[in-house]
This record gives sequence, structure tokens and C-alpha cells, in this order.
Amino acid sequence: MTKIIRTTLSRRKFVAAAGAGAASLAMPSVLRAQSSSIKVGVLHPVTGALAFSGSQARAGAMMAIEEINAAGGIRSMGGMKIEPVLADAQSQPQVGAAEVEKLNEAGVSAIIGPFASGIALATTQSAARHNIPHIVDVGVVDQIVQRNLPNVFRFAPGFGQITADAIANLEKINDAAGKPCKTVMIVHEESAFGAGMAKLLNEELPKRGFQILETISHPTPHRDFGNIVLRIRSKNPDIVIPSNYFNEYILFARTLRQQRVTPKAIYSVLGGAASNFQFLKENPEAAQYIMDCNHWYDARKAGAQELRKKAESRNLAFTYELFLNYACVGLLADALERARSSDRAAIIQALASSTWEGHIMPYGPTRFVNGQNMGARAMNTQILAEDIKVVYPPEYATAPVVFPRPKA
Amino acid sequence: MFDPVLFATSALNGLLLGGVYALIALGLTLIYGVLHIINFAHGSLLMLALYGVYFLVGATGISPYLALPFLTLGFFALGYLLQRSVISKASHGRDENVLLVTLGISIIIENLALFFWKADTRSLDFPLSFETVDLGFTFIPLTSVIAFVGAVLVAGALWLLIGFTDLGKAIRAVAKERQGAKLVGIDVDHMFAMSFGIGAAVLGAAACLMLPMFYVSPSVGNAFVLIAFTVVVLGGMGSFPGALIGGLIIGLTESLGSLYLGESLGQLGVFVIFIAVLLFRPTGLFGARA
Repeated sequence: MTKIIRTTLSRRKFVAAAGAGAASLAMPSVLRAQSSSIKVGVLHPVTGALAFSGSQARAGAMMAIEEINAAGGIRSMGGMKIEPVLADAQSQPQVGAAEVEKLNEAGVSAIIGPFASGIALATTQSAARHNIPHIVDVGVVDQIVQRNLPNVFRFAPGFGQITADAIANLEKINDAAGKPCKTVMIVHEESAFGAGMAKLLNEELPKRGFQILETISHPTPHRDFGNIVLRIRSKNPDIVIPSNYFNEYILFARTLRQQRVTPKAIYSVLGGAASNFQFLKENPEAAQYIMDCNHWYDARKAGAQELRKKAESRNLAFTYELFLNYACVGLLADALERARSSDRAAIIQALASSTWEGHIMPYGPTRFVNGQNMGARAMNTQILAEDIKVVYPPEYATAPVVFPRPKA
Repeated sequence: MFDPVLFATSALNGLLLGGVYALIALGLTLIYGVLHIINFAHGSLLMLALYGVYFLVGATGISPYLALPFLTLGFFALGYLLQRSVISKASHGRDENVLLVTLGISIIIENLALFFWKADTRSLDFPLSFETVDLGFTFIPLTSVIAFVGAVLVAGALWLLIGFTDLGKAIRAVAKERQGAKLVGIDVDHMFAMSFGIGAAVLGAAACLMLPMFYVSPSVGNAFVLIAFTVVVLGGMGSFPGALIGGLIIGLTESLGSLYLGESLGQLGVFVIFIAVLLFRPTGLFGARA
């Protein structure tokens, strides 16, 4: 049976419980009445500020578990099924850590999650105490894999890798177009994520010949981008680099369009909305030509296309939270096949020696060094007409990059 | 270096934003003025109204501005029923209970929204959203201008309603002296519910004016409710002109503050005003002495 782990009494508990009830009703019987199954903790912030990302992440993991179980479970273990044990970090690191304790008591063999970096720092630490293999789905902060915790594995690229890719790719794209862009303005939210990004960009971009005209920070939530856009208009940079969360990204993009500010490129790094289909659907005009360097699937792989169709048929936005968690469950299943055991130490060993390539990401076979998947990389996407295309690197591109954007 | 164009645009921007704040504060100040309760469910009701507009526009394809009469009436009914059948019943006539009940309602509404509509942020793809008024030196978003005009009209309508109609007189009587109002034959419970209903109706109208320029998500109320409280305190609790002027002052402070002090420190100005008002003029700009 699908279980719910609870900690402190929370005002969102009703929804969590109702959601779990609905989920257990909606799940086919494969998830129920398993006497011999492998318990896997699916831990995400499904309530609180990060609820959208958390629910997307959970949906992705559940889709993969469903598929693996329907296809006969873990074959090397006699078709044993994966039993998800759902846990909610409530968008708070300390709750995430408490949930790990509960998952440990529930006897999980591994944990997948927990989306946010702050929560991941806490949950990986707790999981390490019990030697529970912990696959980190998104958490981009590099410290997560720099603490010599042998139980931690991050499948996706980290912050350092993504920004390095983003800066290198921007330079190459600009060079290929004949260097039309020289000046940059950075607009970032002021927490660790946005501020860290802005600092890195400020260090690296001048080395590559870009002049940074101004760096503007703003709080989250922010209600009005009028002033920021005014300043952008008065400085007229070639490139605007936004680094903020979804809601602010929408307002920012819309205000840019309202004020008819059209820089030669809007180039996001881990941009809150720039590689989000919902943003595109609801703001088709404001979204055009926006570029992002972010987690993205390999659109050339059949499995990725199928997953996208399946997600869309369930009215789920096909976001990176969803497909990364789907892939992480696949990574775990591959390790279980090779470990032939639900023993935590055996799974950790199998993950550490993983060379899995059956995933939907543009990564190549997995290779973990200190828990980081070395083949992982970010893709440059661009919103073109009604779709989000991979435009760089060329070997993964599904459309040529439009840079600089055409004059309106 | 002082740039007059930047200053003028930012000030204008702030005033328009202030109109939106005023709109949200109007309902809050009415409910406070009559029921003497701080409606903690105000942000959640605003969120509900925004979803109402979003789905109504999605289902029928009408302009969000045309949805205004439907939302206003619908939210009047919702507010009326909420006060009559939940808040007054559950609070047993004690003001401190009312606070908790409205807090409870806000938690329920927010969680139901999270459950049914997920935490997605949704926004309208509405052609007018990108129209602007060209002032020669800058562009002003048309939707902000419409929201501003709407806020002034709503404030005016409320002022007329409360000041010059029998209903308004009865509401004022109840606000001033419950027992006395009862003695002269005013149905106090009905007047409470009417006030709550009108307060909610204003939110319905606010949502129609706001959605074309903003977004909706289950937690969207949080971005506004604290500001709305500040506006009410600044303008004077229970005063409509106070809410309008207070909204404009807060909008202006926030906008100019962010321009010159940075976006993060700019918001500080709003709360400095809040504390200063509490210290030096606790009744607010237009508030009556208690």
C-alpha cells in the first residue's frame, strides 16, 4: 500500500492526506497488497512554497515506478515490485530531514528526491546516518555532492557545471553569429540561488569579452517589475540575463514586452519559466525567442517523446522536475537489477558502479565520481513558435538557434 | 544622477500600482469598519476570486473586464453566506473567535485551491495585457490604467453606498453601536453579512481588474494581503478615502523607494511608514478617533 509519512501537525495536512488518498485510489492495484516489495522513499516538497515543483517531481517518479512495475518489476529479484513510500518535505529542510527518519523506520531501501537544494542538504545528511542510498533528483547546489557522503548520488548536473556550460555556450553562440552582443544586464532574485548565479556571471562574463552594465537584485515575491524594466530600457543592453523563480519570471517577461524593451537576446540560466511549457502556453508572445540553459531531456530519444505524450495526456506540464525524477527511478531500478538485493549497502555499491544509458536525458552512460554523474550536462533551449527546442549544443539540437532575435 | 523621465515614470507606475493596493484594501477596511474584525481570509478570498476570473474567462472566452458583474455578484453572495452561516455561527459573538474563524477559512480555502488547482501559477493570455498608453516619454500599461480607474470608481461607489443610502446608514449604525441599532429595529446579523458580502464583492471586482496584469496561484494572496493591511492602517481603519489615498502613498513609496534604494530596500519604506503611523498617528490619516 502507498503510505504517507507524517511529522508535525501541519495546516496542509488535510490536503496531503486527501491527495494521498486520491493517489492510492487512482493507482492500479500493482501498488497495493505487496507482501514482498522493495520500498523506495519518494520525498518531495508537495506542500508549501515549492508545492508545484514537488508535485511535478512526485508525478514523474510515480510514472516511472508504475511503468517498471507494470513491465514485471525488478527481474533479477524475481519480479519484485517497487513500492513507493510517499513523503512530504513541506518545503522546509528540517521537515525533509524528519521525513528521512520516518522513511528509515518504514524500512525503505533508497530515497529519491527532494527537489530543492536546501532540503537536499538536510535529507542527504540524515540519509547518510542510516546508510540509505539517496538519489538527488534536481538540487543544483554543488555542496550536496562535496561532503564525501557515500550514499549520495546526483544524476543531473550541478550549479557549477550548468553555469559553466551556459557561459561557454553563450560565447560560442555569440561568436557564431558574428559577435552581435557585447553588453549584458543581470536581473536576479536575492536568495542564494539568484545571488550566487549573479556573482558567478559577474566573474566570468567579463573574461569572455562581455561588458556587464548593471546587476539588479529583487526580492521574492516581487509584485512589479516596472522600475527594473525602466532601468533596462535606459541602459539598453544587448543581452538580459534573468535569474529568478517562475512567478517573477512571468511578470518580468510581460513587463519587458509591455514596455517594448527588446534586447537582442534574453538568455536565462536555470530560468524559472523560460523552459516551461505553461509559461509558453499562457504568454506565447512575451515568451518568443527567450533562451534558457537548464535541465532538458533528449528529444531525439523515443522514450522521451512517449513520456512527454503520457504526461500531457494526464494534464501534467512536462517540466524538468517530472522527467528528471522519472529518470532517477530508472537509475535506481538499474542499480536494483544489478544489486539483486534490497540491501542498502548493495544498492549503494551498484549505484557507484553504474553505467546506465537507458535514460531519456542527453547524458551518455552514467559515471559517478564522488556521487556526481560526470556525464550530466545542461542544454540550451529556446522558445520558438509553439514549442521549446533544444538549440545548443549542435549534436542535440532540434532546431537552429535564433540569435540575435529578429527585430519586431 | 537625477533623471526626470525615470522619476516621472516610476512615480506614475507607483501610483497605478497603488490603485491596485487600494482596491484590495477597500474590502478589508469595510469589513474592519463594521465588524471590527481583521479578516484574515481576505488574501484567500482574493485568490479565489482570481481563480474565478481565470476559469470564467477560460470557459466562456469573455474579457476579464466583462466578467466583473458576475464575479462581483458571485462574491457578494459568497461573502454574505460565509458571514451568515459560518463566521457568525462559529464565533458565538466573540471578536477573538472571529479572528480565528477567518484564519481557519483562509487555511481551508488555500489548501482546497492547492488540492484542486495544484500549485501552478496561471496567467491569462489576454491581448489587452500588452497594450500600452504612449505618453511620449514612456509607456504605461493599459491594464494598470484600467485597474486604477476601476479602483477610484469602486472607492467612490462604496463611499456613496455607505454615506447616502438607507443600507449604508444601517451599516454605519451597526458599526457605531450594535445594541442601539438593534433597538431601532435594524437586523444586525443581516447588516454584518451585507458588509462582509460587499467586502467580498469588492474583491471580486478587484480580481477582474488585476488578473490581466498579474497571475494567480494558491499563495498569490500573500503577496498582497500584508500590503493591504498596511494601507488600511495608514488610511485609517474603516475609511474608504483613507484606503484609496493610503494605497497611492504605499504604491508611490514602494516604487520610488525601489528606484533609488534598490528593489529589496524599497519595500522597506512601506513598513517604515506602517510603524511610523502606528507610533505617531494610530488612527491613520482619515481614521476617526476611537
